[in-house]
Amino acid sequence: MSMPAPITERGAFVPTPYRVIAARRELGDTVTLNIAPQAGALPAILPGQFNMLYVPGVGEAAISLSGATEAAFIHTIRDVGAISHALTRLPPGASLGLRGPFGTAWPVAETQGRDVLIVAGGLGLAPLRPAIRHLLAHRERYGKLSLLIGARTPPDILYPHEIAQWRANLDLYVAVTMDRADAMWHGHVGVVPLLLPRADFDPANTAALICGPEVMMRATAQALLGMAVPAERIHLSLERNMKCAIGLCGHCQFGAAFICKDGPVMRYDRIAPALAVREL
Amino acid sequence: METLERVIGTQRVFAELAPEHLAVLTGCARNHRFTAGQYLCREGLPANEFFIIRQGRAALEIAPPARHAVVLETLGPGDVAGASWLIPPYRWSADIRAVETTLALGIDAACLRSKCETDHDFGYAMMKCFLPMLVQSLNAARLQVLDVYAGPYY
Ligand SMILES: Cc1cc2nc3c(=O)[nH]c(=O)nc-3n(C[C@H](O)[C@H](O)[C@H](O)COP(=O)(O)OP(=O)(O)OC[C@H]3O[C@@H](n4cnc5c(N)ncnc54)[C@H](O)[C@@H]3O)c2cc1C
Ligand code: FES
Repeated sequence: MSMPAPITERGAFVPTPYRVIAARRELGDTVTLNIAPQAGALPAILPGQFNMLYVPGVGEAAISLSGATEAAFIHTIRDVGAISHALTRLPPGASLGLRGPFGTAWPVAETQGRDVLIVAGGLGLAPLRPAIRHLLAHRERYGKLSLLIGARTPPDILYPHEIAQWRANLDLYVAVTMDRADAMWHGHVGVVPLLLPRADFDPANTAALICGPEVMMRATAQALLGMAVPAERIHLSLERNMKCAIGLCGHCQFGAAFICKDGPVMRYDRIAPALAVREL
Repeated sequence: METLERVIGTQRVFAELAPEHLAVLTGCARNHRFTAGQYLCREGLPANEFFIIRQGRAALEIAPPARHAVVLETLGPGDVAGASWLIPPYRWSADIRAVETTLALGIDAACLRSKCETDHDFGYAMMKCFLPMLVQSLNAARLQVLDVYAGPYY
């Protein structure tokens, strides 16, 4: 019996050609791309996982799944540097490379029967959107669902139309808050952990899915612990600089874990000590 | 009809309060109704009474000169509106404006402070009610100052 080939020889480093099917500007600096393989079927992917998107001649970036259709992955990208800039400029028809899917998923199966609290900050709503869509598609399997969204200012709210549809769903509590706003904004102002006491959930039987800037996730996790949500049912999606995405190069090392294969979605009880380490 | 004492007892901030303390507190409380645009507190004025929102929403805001007021936080059901009544000089440090019709419990601050002085057990119970709320506000204000969504990504 032959040994399995090392992962490096099985093409894990070779991007598969994809094509942009649709590009949509969400915000001034943020674009959503629908991308499909140029040949063959779309691989299976789970909410919370990410792909490495490659712009020829520019480079590769880790981008979480923000949705999927039968034929395409959907990714939402914020322009922060060379690679993300190039990704946000790709027009429909453009070619790009993709490696993936990689990483751990949101625990949507394990949380069945529980109340689910989803807390998104800024672009953190993008990796959570497939989980939200999954929960709503299988609404009867879950207890109370709450979606708490934080953004910087009112024009920075991601997916406003979809949020409006979610709001219309009586089976989902949706609250949106801004970090800052003037008196012209009639919605909620204040950081997202302040919304927690307003959501209706049973702490002992709740799972929380959190994605956003790490400081916001830490503050939210602390507030949830204070409300007696068990640490092992608080899940965060972490980010670190990535290169290989398959646990070989060490770029994304986080204590004893590698975010690319042990994450990005990780349990708070397992990572709380490492989260407290500066510059990790 | 719900008694005032029962309404107070259902407020998040007083969830752990013993029945005898609830009765003492009720002696300082009354109901209020604010219409949209009406102020619950005005910066600089005496903080004679603070509020617990029962229904509706109010904006905690500061108005820089010649500019729109900046909203720092929106207060909703269960939130305590105002903390300046706790410490001298007992004057509001911001405005609180009803954004929509807002029902609130008003607590007479001088009455409550005097009951806390007279009965330290009651005073300690009150401190345990208000301190978590103050720490939560402090943490929230710190997070807000960090402006976390303005980073290189997210
Ligand atoms: C698992 C995972 C999922 C992600 N999902 C998304 C997504 O859905 N949408 C999205 O827009 N972005 C996402 N990112 C972030 C994205 O990968 C980076 O923004 C991108 O790689 C930046 O590359 P760049 O060349 O555009 O910018 P660069 O020039 O490389 O970086 C721009 C700035 O961002 C900082 N930076 C970049 N990446 C990181 C990082 N990972 N950790 C800390 N600082 C960093 C740099 O120091 C620099 O200040 C994800 C990252 C990870 C690890
Ligand atoms: S990116 Fe190389 S080990 Fe994670």
